[in-house]
Amino acid sequence: MNDKRPVNLDIGTIHLPITAYVSILHRVSGVALFVISGLFIWMLDRSLTSEETFTALQGLLTHPLVKLVLWGMLAALAYHMVAGIRHMFMDFGVGETLEGGVLGAKLVLYIAALLILFAGAWVWL
Amino acid sequence: MAVTNVTSFGRSGLSDWVVQRVSGVVLTVYLLVIAGYLLLTPEIDYASWKAFNSGLCVRLLTVFAVLSLAAHAWIGMWGVLTDYVTVRLMGPKATFLRVFLQLGMIAVIFVYVVWTVAILWGK
Repeated sequence: MNDKRPVNLDIGTIHLPITAYVSILHRVSGVALFVISGLFIWMLDRSLTSEETFTALQGLLTHPLVKLVLWGMLAALAYHMVAGIRHMFMDFGVGETLEGGVLGAKLVLYIAALLILFAGAWVWL
Repeated sequence: MAVTNVTSFGRSGLSDWVVQRVSGVVLTVYLLVIAGYLLLTPEIDYASWKAFNSGLCVRLLTVFAVLSLAAHAWIGMWGVLTDYVTVRLMGPKATFLRVFLQLGMIAVIFVYVVWTVAILWGK
C-alpha cells in the first residue's frame, strides 16, 4: 500500500450528523465500560465476600461523590446498551435509510436519557 | 497488516460480528435480571443478596455474562485500537504501542474472568 496516498477526510473540519455523534458516544461509552466493568466486579466481590464488606460497601455508596460516580457508571451502561440494541435492529434491516438512521439516533438519545434519569433517581432516592 | 489480524478475537470479521451480537444479548439479559432483582426486592440485605447469587442459575448466568464481557470487550477494544492507534494517525511507533495496549487489554480481561469465577466459587 502507498503510504503517501492523499487522505481527504479531515474529520475535524466536517460537520457531523446526529448519527455520527450517537456512534461516537457508543464507542466512548464502550471504552469507559472496559474500566467500569472492573469497578462493578469489585462491587460484586465486596457485596458477596462477607457481611462486613457488604455493610462497608453500603456505607460507601451513601457518600454523595460515590453516588455521582455510580450514576456515571450506570449512565455509560444504559447508553451503550440502548445504542447496541439499535445496532441489532439495523442488522435486521430496520432503520437503515437516511431518515430511519436519524430517527433511530434520536430514539437512542431519548431512551438513554430517560434511563439515565431513572438511574439517577434510583441512586439518590 | 498481519499484526491487526492476528490479535482479533475470532480471526475473521464475520465471526467477530456474530460474537459481538451474541455476547451483547447475554450481557443485556444479565443486566436486566440484576436490575430487576435490585428494583423489585423491597429490602436487600447481605443474606438475601448472597442467597440470590448462590443459586445455580444466577451463578451460571454470571459466568456467561463475564465470558461474554471478555469477548465483547476484546472485539470492541480491538476495533477502537486498530482504528485510532495506527501508523497513519500516530506515526511509526503506533504498531508497537497498539500491540502493547492490546496485550494489556487481554491481561485485564483475563483478570476480570478469573476474579469473577473466584468470587462465585472460590470464597
